[in-house]
Amino acid sequence: MGGSTPFREANSFFGNLYDLFAESQIFGVSLIPQWLAYFVAGFLVIFVVINAVVITTTLGTWVERRLIGRIQSRLGPNRWGPFGLLTPVADALKLLTKEDTRPDGVDPWVFNLAPLVFILGPLLVFAVIPFGKNTYVANLNIGILFIIAVTTVPTIAMFMAGWGSGNRYSLFGAMRGVAQLVSYEVPLVLSIVGVLLLAGSLSLVDIVESQSIPFILIQPLGFFIFMLAISAEMNRSPFDIVEADSELVAGFHTEYSGMKWGTFQLAEFIAPFGAAAIITTLFLKGWEGPALPSHLWFFIKVWGVWFVLLWVRATLPRLRVDQIMGLAWKFLFPLGLINIFVTAGLLLVWPEPTIAQLWAMGGVNWVVALVCLVVSSHLMSDKLTTRAPLAPAPGTSRSRAQEAG
Amino acid sequence: MYGIGIAKGLMVTLTNLFRKPFTVQYPEEAVPQAARFRGEEFVWYEERCTGCASCAKYCPLGIIRIVTHPGGSNVQEGESYAIDVFDIDIGRCMFCGLCVEACPYDALFMGSGFERGQYRRDDLVITVDELRQADKRPSTWYRPQLEARDYHPQGGQPLSWEEVGR
Repeated sequence: MGGSTPFREANSFFGNLYDLFAESQIFGVSLIPQWLAYFVAGFLVIFVVINAVVITTTLGTWVERRLIGRIQSRLGPNRWGPFGLLTPVADALKLLTKEDTRPDGVDPWVFNLAPLVFILGPLLVFAVIPFGKNTYVANLNIGILFIIAVTTVPTIAMFMAGWGSGNRYSLFGAMRGVAQLVSYEVPLVLSIVGVLLLAGSLSLVDIVESQSIPFILIQPLGFFIFMLAISAEMNRSPFDIVEADSELVAGFHTEYSGMKWGTFQLAEFIAPFGAAAIITTLFLKGWEGPALPSHLWFFIKVWGVWFVLLWVRATLPRLRVDQIMGLAWKFLFPLGLINIFVTAGLLLVWPEPTIAQLWAMGGVNWVVALVCLVVSSHLMSDKLTTRAPLAPAPGTSRSRAQEAG
Repeated sequence: MYGIGIAKGLMVTLTNLFRKPFTVQYPEEAVPQAARFRGEEFVWYEERCTGCASCAKYCPLGIIRIVTHPGGSNVQEGESYAIDVFDIDIGRCMFCGLCVEACPYDALFMGSGFERGQYRRDDLVITVDELRQADKRPSTWYRPQLEARDYHPQGGQPLSWEEVGR
């Protein structure tokens, strides 16, 4: 039963629910028809996953603010509820009851749609993430490609917001965001290719199951590039030139207020969890682990990666626009190519690697990673940190002097 | 070696994470304040005041208003004036303390409080009734006799008019 249904997976979260509804019978009569069971099961799964993600994120905002507070020798929010645990609730209530202002000169359709499109990407990432053994919404055979595709959706929303606001700061932020995404998408995809070569599949479930050793040990360079590129993709510090509050007020969401602004913020807080889930799945063996239940392992790993992202955010200052672009094209892009060639070469030598051969691959990759990092840092450090002198503006005394002399 | 600086920075933030925060939870706990702190709620001893209005004359902003009539009860100096009005508009006061310096009889002291916030400007005027009823914990600012006896308004006992003279 249900074999003809698309995306029907044996033993999956959705499949079990579907079976429960479709096959429950009273005196030989089906309780609900098959097509309805499909919708009910699908709706329930989406409902549970989205709520779990949003509630985790809400808790995450509190943890993030508390931890960053402690890192800066402050306490963080601690007034509402025990240890300030109700602060997200208070924030949400405040945002929901706040006046939704719309400045003159906005493009209403684009302006109002932007927050919804923006939150779409981070939420869709969780559609293909395996949360535990046999727990996923859909096991797409192009899972990681799907993730790469949907994580670019927020950029469209960002540009919609920047363009629709009719504000120069917003437009500047949006343009920076698009430029940054176009640059960082390249090293992001290149860093994943090494993992895909090792796993031999694009499906995230298969990637998790093919990791006899966590891929972070075999793909250190890929992990490094992926961490940097995904931070840039999420516009998180130190790559947050899109928002850059000291330069652009708030970047693309300068003109938003109320729950529209709240939706942007929610999406930006969901994104690190999505990124942590992707990193856990690709590099940290996903939900697999000894002794503890698989869901708990996944949970622990995601929060661990999330903490590293937060830690980096709390430590490093924002980079300049040209530094960020230089980092992507001059540093991460060549490293990603080297990583692909080394991994592919090793797989040519050992086409079906055993555990020992995987460890050997890891050793080679670590040496390559360290050498590449040191050498390319040495080659690129001057070019990344110093800016080419600007051409003098035409008509100024300096340019006239240059023309004369 | 490149990246060492970033690693050092990360270690700084990580060690900060396990350090005690500097935050003082103000309404529940307060930072210790100096004995010479020039606060609001001036401390005024009616028994020592002759109604000479030196404080009002020396005030650079002219925010002290004194109205008297003859026949006061000054114990120190014999004949004096009784105080009818002693208004200090602390909404405009800059806490320079010149009124306290000017007082010849050590009748006026700077206060030690800082929590007299109000919602209306009129409520910021300290009246003579308020001065009479106020908690007498004078600041030791410009009053060496208080410092000599090691007095601290925070945690110290309220002082009577006989204890604060030179």
